[in-house]
Amino acid sequence: MLAKRFFASERHLPDKDHEACGLFGVMDISGKRFGGEMAINAIKNIKVRGNGLGGGFAVYGLYPDYKDYYALQIMFQNKNAAAKEKVEDFLVEHFNIVYDEEIPTNPGVNVFCPPLVWRYFVAPKKKGEDHGMSDDDYVVSRVMYINTSIEDAYVFSSGKDMGVFKGVGFPEEIAAYFLLDELYEGYLWTVHSRFPTNTPGWWGGAHPFSILDWTVVHNGEISSYGTNRRFLEMHNYYCTLFTDTEVMAYAVDLLMRRQGLPIEVVSRIFAPPMWDLLEHMEEKEKKLYTTLRMVYAPLLINGPFTVIVAHHNEMFGLTDRIRLRPITAGARGDLVFLSSEEAAIRCVCPDLDLAWTPRGGEPVVVRLGSRDHLLSLPESV
Amino acid sequence: MSNLNVKFGLRDMFLDGVRPAATLVKYVSTNGTSAEIDALGLKHKELNDLLRAVALQGVTRITVKNVFGQRYIGTRLYLPDPEKKVEIKIFKNPGNDLGAFLNGHRIIVYGNAQDGVGNTMDDGEIIIHGRAGDIAAMSMRGGKIFIRDNVGYRAAIHMKEYAGKVPVLVIGGTAQDFFGEYMAGGIVILLGLNLKENERHKARYIGTGMHGGVIYLRGCVEEYQLGKEVGVRELNERDREIVERYVGEFSAHFGFSADEICKGKFQKLLPVSKRPYGKIYAY
Repeated sequence: MLAKRFFASERHLPDKDHEACGLFGVMDISGKRFGGEMAINAIKNIKVRGNGLGGGFAVYGLYPDYKDYYALQIMFQNKNAAAKEKVEDFLVEHFNIVYDEEIPTNPGVNVFCPPLVWRYFVAPKKKGEDHGMSDDDYVVSRVMYINTSIEDAYVFSSGKDMGVFKGVGFPEEIAAYFLLDELYEGYLWTVHSRFPTNTPGWWGGAHPFSILDWTVVHNGEISSYGTNRRFLEMHNYYCTLFTDTEVMAYAVDLLMRRQGLPIEVVSRIFAPPMWDLLEHMEEKEKKLYTTLRMVYAPLLINGPFTVIVAHHNEMFGLTDRIRLRPITAGARGDLVFLSSEEAAIRCVCPDLDLAWTPRGGEPVVVRLGSRDHLLSLPESV
Repeated sequence: MSNLNVKFGLRDMFLDGVRPAATLVKYVSTNGTSAEIDALGLKHKELNDLLRAVALQGVTRITVKNVFGQRYIGTRLYLPDPEKKVEIKIFKNPGNDLGAFLNGHRIIVYGNAQDGVGNTMDDGEIIIHGRAGDIAAMSMRGGKIFIRDNVGYRAAIHMKEYAGKVPVLVIGGTAQDFFGEYMAGGIVILLGLNLKENERHKARYIGTGMHGGVIYLRGCVEEYQLGKEVGVRELNERDREIVERYVGEFSAHFGFSADEICKGKFQKLLPVSKRPYGKIYAY
């Protein structure tokens, strides 16, 4: 793989992040696209969970006109024109760019030190041995190159028909800055309000974190960051964004896209059942969970967390196994919600059919065209 | 990175833009000793400022409509006349730490509550026609909380009692893990009314670290669901009286039949030690 030739492992571990953030996600399981109003109003409702040092949105079903092309949304810090030139030289060499433009912004919104953010719709231009790798792997390795080797350039998102918009500010300010409620529609929105405490609030450090069409928004602290990060480096994922959540995005890409594991299994890798509870399980389950703990020990995510992970057709919410961070799910008709607080859901959808909270470590899986989210009900309160 | 650190421009997400209570009169309509507050668009502090202002005017019954996540409702209601208590009805979704430090007032919620109901509550009553989130009754030191449906993780964590001050928590449904964790005092009753016959309670690690107080648990639970620090006992005559009294109050609030509920099988969970970790940490 390309990555191996380009990068040395970085031994210096940046400080990890402690957070008490606000999360919200909404998906229409019929696939109908809708505007950003619900996501924006819900995250405004839980404003006090963030402190204005980071807000961001992930939107799926965003670019139907270019849905066959990878949409690279790239941020150039300090509006660094030289970085943009370098990135574009690199893109021209490795991709066919079918269309590119600056992501429209509202200059009237006062945000801190905004970077230049550009979107490129591209198709891989493979040469020689590249033909042996999948398009997705090809894109991942090029994204890793840009993130690690071109100064002041960071890829916000790199999936097809989706995009991440994020920055420093309260989420509603970021939404206004990127004109989210005016310009875009999608069938799945996730949003994050950040409360960083010991790493800088900077544009690249806002959530969602993304690779290909995977996005992660996270509340909590991944105290296993060092272990997770080293394990991911062995699989050619390099953490560059100074925040623990990044490992989660790469871990789901590795486990779910490359290794093809379903979320029901992946959630048991991130939040495995306690050893003493394994003793009370059926033999088959016990064997599976014991095996997972052994094979994937370095991907156990330790510490308090709630995450909402999304990719096309699927969104899931998961907490750590002893639920040290909150989550509530809600449903009305085809709309399914996940949030840090029930009130955020109720304020955008007052007449919910259902509101429930799963057991710690049990995922709520929301899938296009299915009612799988209801599978988490029996163990919920 | 240091030039990007914007901590200097940090804004206060709680207090920025809070309006003085005097400018918020349009949210309140008062009628004698009753008042109604429309909480739509009110910040946490604004709503609590209004509650306090209204209570100081002599209002004793307050209805709050359109509540969507406002926190700490009912806190800071320490009035000049300590005998004067108010009743607050909330529609529909109060935010975290509902009734924190509550000072003898009564709060009734017609909807679900979130995390931290009755956090360090001192006295009074909280009645929830719905469910509650995690850490319900955390560090509660007096008064009563009645929750019709389920509760999340760590209900009654570090509840305490002293002399005549014994807090009571009654839950109609079931609970999630670490129920009664580090409990130091008080009475907790878990009824399991929404469980099927012979269906076990959902909680595991019940009473982990418990070193005071008592849990009365109606319905089934396997031994492995209990923490190492609790023992199971039969109810004696005095226990029965306690259960009947508080189940009676619970049933009156929510329209259940107390007799039916009391017919169910109860067990009593008690801490086996007053200092469960004494041998680990003391040297």
